Amino acid sequence: MKRPLLPRLAFTALVGLVLLYLMLPLFIIVPISCSGTRFLTFPPPSWSPRWYQEFFGNRAWVQATQVSIGVAALTVLIATPLGVAAAYAIVNAQHRLMRAVHAFLMLPLIVPIIILAIGVFFVYAKLGLVATIPGLVLANVMLALPYVITSVIAGLRSFDPTQEMVARSLGMNRLRSFLAVTLPQIRPSVFAGAIFAFISAIDETIIALFVSGGQYQTLTKRMFTALRDEIDPTIAAISTLLTAASFLLVLLAMQGRARGTPDDAR
Amino acid sequence: MFLLASPALIVILALVVVPVGWLMGQSFYDNGFTLEHYRRILSEDIYWRSFALTFRISVIVTIATLLLGYPVAYAAAKARRPWDVIILAFVVLPFWTSVLVRAYAWLVLLQRTGVVNQALDRVGVIDEPLALIHNEFGTIVATVHILLPFMVLPLYSTMQKIPRDLMLAGASLGGSPAHTFLRIFLPLSLPGVVAGLTLVFVLSLGFYITPELLGGGRVVMISMVVSRNVELYNQWGAASAVGVVLLACVLAIFVVVGRVLPLERVLGQK
Repeated sequence: MKRPLLPRLAFTALVGLVLLYLMLPLFIIVPISCSGTRFLTFPPPSWSPRWYQEFFGNRAWVQATQVSIGVAALTVLIATPLGVAAAYAIVNAQHRLMRAVHAFLMLPLIVPIIILAIGVFFVYAKLGLVATIPGLVLANVMLALPYVITSVIAGLRSFDPTQEMVARSLGMNRLRSFLAVTLPQIRPSVFAGAIFAFISAIDETIIALFVSGGQYQTLTKRMFTALRDEIDPTIAAISTLLTAASFLLVLLAMQGRARGTPDDAR
Repeated sequence: MFLLASPALIVILALVVVPVGWLMGQSFYDNGFTLEHYRRILSEDIYWRSFALTFRISVIVTIATLLLGYPVAYAAAKARRPWDVIILAFVVLPFWTSVLVRAYAWLVLLQRTGVVNQALDRVGVIDEPLALIHNEFGTIVATVHILLPFMVLPLYSTMQKIPRDLMLAGASLGGSPAHTFLRIFLPLSLPGVVAGLTLVFVLSLGFYITPELLGGGRVVMISMVVSRNVELYNQWGAASAVGVVLLACVLAIFVVVGRVLPLERVLGQK
């Protein structure tokens, strides 16, 4: 099927332009973050690490970063086992109700985030969880569960369940056979789910705008409030660091997944 | 088995169902049962205008992502290694980059003295910098950028499953490339199109960060009406009613789409 050259070139150019549109904004922040001036001119007239120094030298920014990383780590620790258990139940239960359970657990993806934000804010106000670490972690667990569950279900579906049945027929109980036989083989998808949970917690902004505050403000909340007033290159430095971190984590997750389940590339 | 899923179910129950249920209750409450909040949505101009604006922007964003996303997904589905992986990486990496970072990048690119205006000036196309942010245009450009992967990924996963043999068969029977594409490939990719359209439209209905940061206070989408009612005016009833209407729109779309396509296929992408 050889097609005429001109349309093919036009098509390739179009795809190239769209890919450029997707990627360009992620890279534009790098030179800006190394700029010597406060103005966001491009290319920068001079280079300097001052915006990174500004970030690492500012207590408020550093504290917010610590809060974000801590919250994301705790989110992963809680959301991963909860998600794996739920995914296992969804894949292995024969009951028709399980489809409903699955749909129910995907609710955080369906309900518009602003509605979750004000709703969770109100519930937290009643429980005294506003501006606390447990409050932030719980909200992020809720948002991360669909990612973990989706990733682990994909892993479980490409795994042969008879292996676990063999282990059980040899006298292992369900939990031991899961831990010894199934888990090692679906590890890449669990790992990918955990990484996505981490990224989702680091990036979460809108719920944090409402429920985080005081000394427990997240990095994204501080960035958002800073962005409303001014767009100085400190934000570019933070953005560069955040983007580099997500790139690294996504590549890790993709690699893990690719190795674990060759024919399940998303 | 239900026991295994129960911790996750409890989290969702406590942090999704209870808050949403409470919002619904609140939307009918103002010192007793009332329909006042809904009456105001129907009668007051600001609400109408915001809903109309939100739907218009969502339609534009959805069409734009389809037009830009279809060729990319097609290229990824057709390309050989390693090109398919490279194209997908270009889609997935921005997908997992902070929405806030991407909104900021667009602020930098599109502002008066930004990269785009400077480039256009240097080429000589414009004499004066264009107003590319603090308006609908900037909001749409950034929103399309953020939602494009939600279109490409379901399209790709559908197209990838279309057997190549079908296209070859079509061609061997004398169909021109355009003909085989229109009569074979396009119809078979429609489930992906529906999934992508649904995801993008629903997500843009609830968008908050891009209109807030790139709209310059002039692009008041529904999410902003909700948050302003809470943050500025402390009007929980009004905020809840607007939120309930938004949620009803979203659920209605999922119900309608669910009749043609299993929702797992729509949501599996995210």
